[in-house]
Amino acid sequence: MTNTFSLAAITFDWRPIVPLLIVALGAIIVLLAGVKVDDRESEGLGWLSLLTIAIAFCTALAIPGNQQISFGGALVADGYTAFFYLTILFAAAIIVLMSLDYVAEEGLPGGEYYSLVLFATAGMMLMAAAGDLIIVFIGLETMSISVYILAGLARTSPRSNEASLKYFLLGAFSTGFLLYGIALIYGATGTIKLHALSTLATGVPAPMLLIGVGMLLIGFGFKIAAVPFHMWTPDVYEGAPTSITAFMAVGVKLAAFAAFVRVFLVHLLGVQTDWSMVLWVLAVLTMTTGNIVALMQTNLKRMLAYSAIAHAGYILVAMTAGTSIAGAAVLYYLLGYAFTNLGAFAVIIALSRRGHPHELISDLRGLGTREPALAAAMAIMLFSLTGIPPLAGFVGKFSVFSAALNQGYVALVVIAVVNSVVSAYYYLRPVVAMYTDEGGAEVVALSSRPALIAAIAIAVIATIAIGVYPQPYMNASTSAFASALSKPPLATTASLRP
Amino acid sequence: MAEHFPLGLILLFPAIGVVFNLFVGQRAGRTTVGIVGAGVIGAAFVVGAVAFGRLLGLPTGGALTSTLWPWIEAGAFKVDVALRFDALTAVMVLVVSGVGMLIHIYSSGYMAEDGDYARFFTYMNLFVLSMLTLVLADNLLLMFVGWEGVGLCSYLLIAFWYTNPEYAYNGRKAFIVNRVGDAAFILGILTTVWVGATHGLWTLNFVELRQHIAWFGPATATMICVLLFIGATGKSAQIPLYIWLPDAMVGPTPVSALIHAATMVTAGVYMVARLNFLYLLSPDAMELVATVGTITCIFAATIAITQPDIKRVLAYSTISQLGYMFLAVGVGAFSAGIFHLMTHAFFKSLLFLCAGSVIHGMGGEQDMNKMGGLASKMPITCTTMWIATLAIAAVPPFAGFFSKDMILSGAYTSGHFGLWLLGLITAGFTGLYMFRLMFMTFHGESRVEPERAHHLHESPPVMTLPLMALALLCVIGGWVQLPEGWLWGGSFSRFLSGSVGIFKPALEASDLGLSILSLAVSLTGALIAYIFYIRYPGLPTYLAWRAKAIYQLLLEKYYIDQIYDALVSRPLFFIAQYVLFKGLDYYTIDGLVNGTGTTVEASGDAVRRFETGNVQHYALIYLIGAVGIAAFYLYLVMR
Repeated sequence: MTNTFSLAAITFDWRPIVPLLIVALGAIIVLLAGVKVDDRESEGLGWLSLLTIAIAFCTALAIPGNQQISFGGALVADGYTAFFYLTILFAAAIIVLMSLDYVAEEGLPGGEYYSLVLFATAGMMLMAAAGDLIIVFIGLETMSISVYILAGLARTSPRSNEASLKYFLLGAFSTGFLLYGIALIYGATGTIKLHALSTLATGVPAPMLLIGVGMLLIGFGFKIAAVPFHMWTPDVYEGAPTSITAFMAVGVKLAAFAAFVRVFLVHLLGVQTDWSMVLWVLAVLTMTTGNIVALMQTNLKRMLAYSAIAHAGYILVAMTAGTSIAGAAVLYYLLGYAFTNLGAFAVIIALSRRGHPHELISDLRGLGTREPALAAAMAIMLFSLTGIPPLAGFVGKFSVFSAALNQGYVALVVIAVVNSVVSAYYYLRPVVAMYTDEGGAEVVALSSRPALIAAIAIAVIATIAIGVYPQPYMNASTSAFASALSKPPLATTASLRP
Repeated sequence: MAEHFPLGLILLFPAIGVVFNLFVGQRAGRTTVGIVGAGVIGAAFVVGAVAFGRLLGLPTGGALTSTLWPWIEAGAFKVDVALRFDALTAVMVLVVSGVGMLIHIYSSGYMAEDGDYARFFTYMNLFVLSMLTLVLADNLLLMFVGWEGVGLCSYLLIAFWYTNPEYAYNGRKAFIVNRVGDAAFILGILTTVWVGATHGLWTLNFVELRQHIAWFGPATATMICVLLFIGATGKSAQIPLYIWLPDAMVGPTPVSALIHAATMVTAGVYMVARLNFLYLLSPDAMELVATVGTITCIFAATIAITQPDIKRVLAYSTISQLGYMFLAVGVGAFSAGIFHLMTHAFFKSLLFLCAGSVIHGMGGEQDMNKMGGLASKMPITCTTMWIATLAIAAVPPFAGFFSKDMILSGAYTSGHFGLWLLGLITAGFTGLYMFRLMFMTFHGESRVEPERAHHLHESPPVMTLPLMALALLCVIGGWVQLPEGWLWGGSFSRFLSGSVGIFKPALEASDLGLSILSLAVSLTGALIAYIFYIRYPGLPTYLAWRAKAIYQLLLEKYYIDQIYDALVSRPLFFIAQYVLFKGLDYYTIDGLVNGTGTTVEASGDAVRRFETGNVQHYALIYLIGAVGIAAFYLYLVMR
């Protein structure tokens, strides 16, 4: 019966795919329009991209909160998809805002830049909506290949080229793991559909399934930059154009966690006891390495790269717990993490001038007197990353830690809290530099960069609002994760190998 | 018995001050900034006083409440941004906003010549806002918001006079040491959540915790109390985390008075008193609190005796007095601890402000060896500072007499004779170091450098008026709690009993006898100071020479900073620098993708790069990691 292919069994719910198609279409239009546009005057393309994102954002609002399976289970339309669509699109919009001046000034090829950002965004969205492992893979590759190129888009900068090539080589390496994992899971269960997996992957699992799950874990571990699969992160973050670094630190992480959490916390929960200990070890390694190595950094982008690694570790703490509270905590954490990092990178862009990247901590010296507002924004971001209440980072950490503690992971929470104390030291260094030293980099008059100011302002307001009045976002996270957990109305057919 | 009251107003006014000074302050004149900065704190005080009036109308144990907005709601976990004004909070709010207002007024004179006037008041207002949040919070998590907020402001204000790397270092030290304490604090909070969660109620609300106190076994209560107390040793500068406070003295003197004497550093004492129901479950934790407090008390007092810097003497004195407060709450005399917190806020902030006035008059000099004979030049400062000195030395009828007496009597009657004895000896040291400070500064021969001497002047009225107001409080502030049986005796502890209960002594003792004994010890200390610094001024030098080892030990503060440096800072730095950094982070982004073959051109350098090529290296680590994780995973499964 399962061998018969019935078109009637496949529902074509267009809602999850419409925003995706809009973004992809926008990318093509931008790419075509870009041929005619001079690299120094690419703002128009940026505004076009922003318009595309805005339309996609509006259509994403139409995605239902309760779960609908579409395209025969290839895509899932639920609150979880909607949550990540909206977050990813919002983040992409801020990335475009902070790129408008930067791209033109740095002379990056505008058409390629904006269209690749949109293509990558489409890939990210696909990962969030994926209902089977192949779609996860396709989304991941769409995103990754775009980002590989974006990282190397500053063609005349050797550092950018190096970043791109390193990212590509190691990314290809990790893709091998992911794909092999998918293949093994298919071999073991005969399905790549996540919903089918959640019923099959219970009880005593076959060794082949377990190895597949392990490979999948390693593949995701690369994308979220978990230790020991993080080695590329600092080099690539440092070498890539700053706006793309922000895109990697936020967009790629959001998408990777969207798929990672859906696959592991929702559908592979049946084998949870087996992989949760692995996550425990990964979480400890990731937090500790990230925080301790960050202590010694002098380059802001590199420091934020290690900081991003450490934050992935905190999220892994919640994933180790594996409960629905933990899932909601991960989503909430990602939201705060996204805005905070976007803001921090936007400030670094504000410091940069053509030919002078100004990305050392020492470049921040005296910013507190020269540009009080910019310095205050940076300080708020850094305090949020440290976890100072009542900013977004604190509430996120608190949710994550209490979720883990509630499952009895005492040692893990203690390690996480100690880590968060260690992190205070390196987040404080830029603040000290801004307010107590003198003689840093000169800043281009901010008033000439309204879009950048808007990006920073949105990030600051969001970081404060999410921490001070987190309820709407917590509700959104909770219901988004709950809708991913709920059973679909339409039973999907799964075939077991004889 | 909870009545609604718009408590949010108490927070709103300082918040307005922050916003105003931050955004408009630079353009508004200095006078406006000063008036707004102090005025908003005064407004908060007035609202606090009105609330206090309403509270007095309620029966004992009553409280005013106000829920501002729901804060965190995740599943069953619910925490509101809600305020609660009970007797304990009333005392704290009035002290924080009242003393805070006086210090703000004083600052408008003290900081008059500073270039960044508005920013200073922004931070000061933000500090008061955080401190009031801390004491008004009706749950542990919101309290932690204030707890972190005051730490942050403390850091910002220590480093306030920027462009001096040492100040920045000290500010950072304060922040980091406090973060260590905060780690324990947050673990304590998480443990509390956990206990509630196992019983199906996720709560951090003080009232609810008190209702469900039966859920906490002795072991969990001890764990939570000890963790929270470690946090308190950071914020309230107790052993072993006190090391930041003396260094924090590089901040402007009004900051030292407000944050590092009157308010922030007492947060730990407030926390223990607030959670008294939890601490009472754990005799071990109480014993720890009392012991740490007492040891800190005598330890810091001995250091204070030898310090030449006027502010450092006061800093160690603060640490010592905070030790007294922890002794009090540790033996269960919570109202005595809070009482001393209040009187200490009066006399210690006055001492700091007077010291600030001296430093101001001396053109920035803080070394007491270069002072002496200032009494005639600065009569108001001298007089008010003497009043504060008599108060801290516990001479009746000044404020400190009543509160210190209550603490020592509490220690004695609860059966802690050892701690009582140490506390009593410290009273002698207190008299010694305070009178030493006064004699060295205001009396005896002038050792002022000639070029400073003719600048010497009394401070302007905007600075001396707050001194006089605080001096008045130092005289009458202790009268709210006369010994039992006298007039309105015991009224303060009766007022607080709804929040912290009534102290029940384990044994009878003659209050009068204990009082006379401690007074005698204090005066002995004062007398020694008189002999050393007025009668025979050569004696200290002689003694320092004869007992060189002890003198050096005290002067160098028991070498604690050096010990921390050698045992904690250096090893950590070494590990980070040479093991982790060198081992984990290859700083090699240089435009050459090493190991891809593109660099194998000809040069030996390129070949070397090829052989240490890091892409291969990265891939190798990736592979090792993957194999390691796979092995671990299989081990878990096959087990």
